[in-house]
Amino acid sequence: MSGFDRSTAKEVVLSSLRELLTQNGDDIPSPFDEAVVLVGKEAVIDSLGMVSLIVEIEQALETGHDISVTLANDRAMSERNSPFRSVGVLTDHICTLVDQEKQAA
Amino acid sequence: MTAERQVVLITGSRKGIGRHLAEHYLTKGYIVEGCSRGDVDIKDASYTHHNLDVCDERAVRAMIASINKRHGRLDIVMNNAAIATMNHVLLTPAATANRMFEVNVTGTMLVCRDAAKVMMRRKYGRIVNFTTIVAPIALAGEAIYAASKSAVVTLTRILAFELGQWGITCNSFGATPIMTDMIKGVPKDKVDAVVNNLAIKRLGTYEDCANVCDFFISPASDNITGQCIYLGGIS
Repeated sequence: MSGFDRSTAKEVVLSSLRELLTQNGDDIPSPFDEAVVLVGKEAVIDSLGMVSLIVEIEQALETGHDISVTLANDRAMSERNSPFRSVGVLTDHICTLVDQEKQAA
Repeated sequence: MTAERQVVLITGSRKGIGRHLAEHYLTKGYIVEGCSRGDVDIKDASYTHHNLDVCDERAVRAMIASINKRHGRLDIVMNNAAIATMNHVLLTPAATANRMFEVNVTGTMLVCRDAAKVMMRRKYGRIVNFTTIVAPIALAGEAIYAASKSAVVTLTRILAFELGQWGITCNSFGATPIMTDMIKGVPKDKVDAVVNNLAIKRLGTYEDCANVCDFFISPASDNITGQCIYLGGIS
C-alpha cells in the first residue's frame, strides 16, 4: 500500500476504463482524463459497464498494489452524489478508501 | 480451458461431501483449494486449505485474493459449506435461524461474489451451490434449514443471469440423504421415511454428488446454467 498516491489511483482508473472500452469496441474519449463522465446521460459506459469497471479496478488494486478495498460499499451506494460519477471523483473515492484501510491496519 | 490445470475452490472441505469432492478433484488432476472452520488432514501438494468462516467477508476476500495471486485464476467454485439444526420451528431461537441464514445464504453469496470477480476477467467460470431435497419435499422439522437452502436456489438462478455474460455458469444441486455428520443425529425412521418417498429408494452417496458436479463443471456445460438438479426423482 506504501507509495500509492492519487496519481497512481488515477492511472488505475484510466487504464481499467481504457481496457473496458477497448474490450467493448467503444471509442476512447478525448481528452481521456479526470473529466470523463461515468454516470448519467454523458457517461461513456452503461450501468453494466460500471459493474465491470468497478470489478476491474478492485482486481487491479489487489493484484498490482496489494490493496483490498470494496468500492461499492453501503456508504458509497447511499451517497447523494455518486462517488462513481467521473474518473476524477472515482479517483478521490479510491484514495479515501485506501486511507481508511491504512488507518484501520 | 482444458489444456491447463483448472483451479477449484470447495467450501466446507474438512469432512463429508466437501471432503470427498476435494479428494475426487485431486485424483482428477485439479488444483484444489478448500476451506472450513477447522484444520484438515488432506496431504497433497495440489491442495491448499484456508481456515475461515464463510460469513467473514474479509477472510473470504483474502482467500480469493490468495488463490488469484498464486494461480492467476479460479475456474470452479463449489459452495458446500453449510450448517443445519433440525428442530421444530416452534422451538427454534432467532439466533439459530439467523446463524443458519448467515452461513448458508450470506456465506454462499460472499464466496460467489468474490470468486466471480476473478472469473469474469477470464470470461470463464463454473459455480455449483449446494441445496437440499428437504426444501422441495417440505420436510417437517427442517423449516429454517430448508428455507435457507431455497434461498440458495433462488440466489443461484439469479446469479446465472447476472454472471452469464462473463461466461460464468451457476447451478445448484440437492442430494438425497447421505450419512454425513449433518444428518447423523436425525432418527433412522425419519431418514427411512424420506428415502421411501424417493423414486430411487436408497441413500445418496458421495459418488452421486461428484457425478452431478462433474456434469455442471464440464467445459461442455457452458449452456447449462440457472438449473437445480435434485437426486432421487425429487423436483
